[in-house]
Amino acid sequence: MSQEAWWASGSFWRKSAIWITGLSFIILIFLTFDSMSYIKAGGKQVPNYAVINQRVDYQFNEAQNRYLPVIGPEEPLFGKKLTEDEAMAMVSKGKLNVQSKNCMDCHTLLGNGAYFAPDLTKSWLDPYWGSKESREQTMVDFLMDPSNKLHNGIGRRMPNLGITEDEARATVAFLKWMSAINTLGFPNNFKAMDQSDAPAPIAAPVAVPDAAAATPATGAPVQQ
Amino acid sequence: MAALGMFDTANLNGGQKLAVKYFTVSLALFGAQVLFGMLAGIQYLHPDFLYGILDFSVNRTLHLNAMVVWLLFGFMGGVYWILEDEAKHPVVALWLGNLIFWIFTLAVVAVVLVFLLVQVGPAEMKSIWFINEGREYLEAPRWADIGIVVSVLSFFFNVAATFAKGKYTGIGGVLVIDLLALFGLYLAGMFYTPNVSIDQFWWWWVIHLWVEATWEVLVGGIMAYMLMTTLGVSRKIVETWLYIEVALMFGSGILGLGHHYFWIGTPQYWLTIGGFFSALEPVPLVAMVVHAVYDSGVHKLKNSNHPALAWTIAQAAGNFFGAGVWGFMHTLPQINMYTHGTQWTASHGHLAFFGAYACAVISFFYIAAQKSRGNVWMSSGMVGAWRWKWAMTFLWVGMVGMTMSLLIAGYEQSQIERAVEGSTWMAYFTAQAHPWFVQGMNWRLISGWVFSAGFVLLAWDLLTIGKRETRPAAQIHEQATASA
Ligand code: HEM
Ligand code: HEM
Ligand SMILES: [Fe+2]
Repeated sequence: MSQEAWWASGSFWRKSAIWITGLSFIILIFLTFDSMSYIKAGGKQVPNYAVINQRVDYQFNEAQNRYLPVIGPEEPLFGKKLTEDEAMAMVSKGKLNVQSKNCMDCHTLLGNGAYFAPDLTKSWLDPYWGSKESREQTMVDFLMDPSNKLHNGIGRRMPNLGITEDEARATVAFLKWMSAINTLGFPNNFKAMDQSDAPAPIAAPVAVPDAAAATPATGAPVQQ
Repeated sequence: MAALGMFDTANLNGGQKLAVKYFTVSLALFGAQVLFGMLAGIQYLHPDFLYGILDFSVNRTLHLNAMVVWLLFGFMGGVYWILEDEAKHPVVALWLGNLIFWIFTLAVVAVVLVFLLVQVGPAEMKSIWFINEGREYLEAPRWADIGIVVSVLSFFFNVAATFAKGKYTGIGGVLVIDLLALFGLYLAGMFYTPNVSIDQFWWWWVIHLWVEATWEVLVGGIMAYMLMTTLGVSRKIVETWLYIEVALMFGSGILGLGHHYFWIGTPQYWLTIGGFFSALEPVPLVAMVVHAVYDSGVHKLKNSNHPALAWTIAQAAGNFFGAGVWGFMHTLPQINMYTHGTQWTASHGHLAFFGAYACAVISFFYIAAQKSRGNVWMSSGMVGAWRWKWAMTFLWVGMVGMTMSLLIAGYEQSQIERAVEGSTWMAYFTAQAHPWFVQGMNWRLISGWVFSAGFVLLAWDLLTIGKRETRPAAQIHEQATASA
């Protein structure tokens, strides 16, 4: 026992375990404080809530070689400019709706959640909402009653979660705000809808067709 | 002592009697997990199945929460199981342990009923408090969180006080410190913020630092005991290994947390730190395999409980493949950019949770079955041995089948949805409709049926194993559990 090799000694490894754990944890705490300065609202990578008063876009950035959010000119959500406090209240209600309806057990947000339905990180910018002009109302209508609005050829539908109009509008605010987070290029290669001020080209196919008139989005036959 | 082969709790010490209660609920919740997993799996192929009644989100919530609770119950049972033997002292407050067991179980029932019957609430704090917190794995409403914290604190008290009154072994010391960390981390998930980045930052503290740090160390501790009881490995060896594993596990896993901070708004240095440290996480898992295989070899596989040892070795291998290999495959940011949030993740999640944790708990089920029938023979030539062997085969074939199907589906998704089409709604559904994806979902479901059959066999076996056995358990050569 007394002359065993150091690497076979229990007490050596016990001490190592304590030191390594303690050190790693201290580094983690330090990095956590630093990360907060990036991810708090208005931090280096996460925008203020009032960003929902502006156009949000997502473009490839040559210098950084990744896709990044681009904050554009004033473009208030639902045509109403909000103060930072009002914007925060609205985004917060949207977030509460996302939690109380359990969106993340079908969708992913920032890539985390469930895989039964599309990622919502950049949903605000999704070309499938049609034109910039109709998007807000289309999203609200969809959220309030998605059950007869088929988006795809495989018959998967979002259920009716009893979302009220207020909740739907707040949820859109949350989604718009989330799309302005700098996620270091995730999702890569996402082609945002055209939001330029030039009159939008007539969007085809229609944004959210009724189940009956569903345009098969995937090229697969509609099974209904 | 009751006759051999008869189920009788008089065969057990106080902590073990309580453990059997935990194991019973644990097994039942395992069944619930399988049931709701199957419902969710069916919905991938038949989206109208139970649509508007038990939607996918409801089934998935129950699938995951049943899993978290059955594994936690299994661990708590495991710790109570070894407690008196290790500490050489009766559990200090067994009544408290019993009380908490009932409160916890009733709370679980209440939460399940709300998930099933109420499902969603209005966009207000009261929904978070009473219906659904809406954060994957932590869906349980806030009142239940508080209940969990109270339960686990009294559990912690019981364990720490029993070791303190008896004696602290190496395993005991590791367990107590680890339990404290495990429960402290849960608090990191108990607040509301409108900021989704901050939300996910702390959410991962709970999820990652549980499964890739504190849970690993906890099973490391109870599996060390398992090797001593079933094989007779000496305490000195298992405890030295345990310290090595703790050093490697915490040394890689704590900063390995960074592999979840690639794309949630967190700074760029996490790409490097998270990639680097998480890539080291498989190292301790290799060490565990070496340890289990080496010890089994040295003892020529002579052991007192065949099924328990088989599940112990399966645990080491499953942990290594599910967490180590499958985790490593997508842990570098260059790869994770495309696999993040696809079926690839689900493939890893299944093999890792099953391999590392389900197998550990199942091996304890078998020790409990043996001892509660008066420590009967469970070595070669045991009556009805086909059942545990087939249960294990079905469960593993089913799990490997699901893992592989999900991996192929995830591979297709990462290429088509993520890389080529850029993750829009169109991109998502294009990938979901692809034949490779659909085939993957079909094979997952078929493998799910195999797994379900394995579960039925397992439950049957656990209820009956050793029943007609009249020989006492095989004596292993060293009295290993004796403290050095
Ligand atoms: C027993 C240990 C482990 C378990 C139970 C486990 C389980 C899981 C689960 C369930 C998820 C999905 C979380 C979600 O729903 O969003 C996940 C994600 C992940 N795991 Fe593990 N894991 C383990 C160990 C590891 C190890 C050792 C590594 C790396 C070497 C690893 C790498 C990852 C990565 C990179 C992700 C993120 C996937 C994504 O971006 O979507 N895991 N893990
Ligand atoms: C009959 C067996 C099973 C079936 C059919 C099944 C099915 C499913 C389904 C459909 C999902 C949702 C995936 C998604 O969001 O798209 C899921 C998630 C999950 N299941 Fe299972 N499951 C089964 C058994 C298990 C077992 C035994 C475990 C672990 C012990 C497990 C652990 C998980 C985990 C950790 C997730 C979350 C994965 C993630 O978010 O990445 N499942 N399962
Ligand atoms: Fe992780």
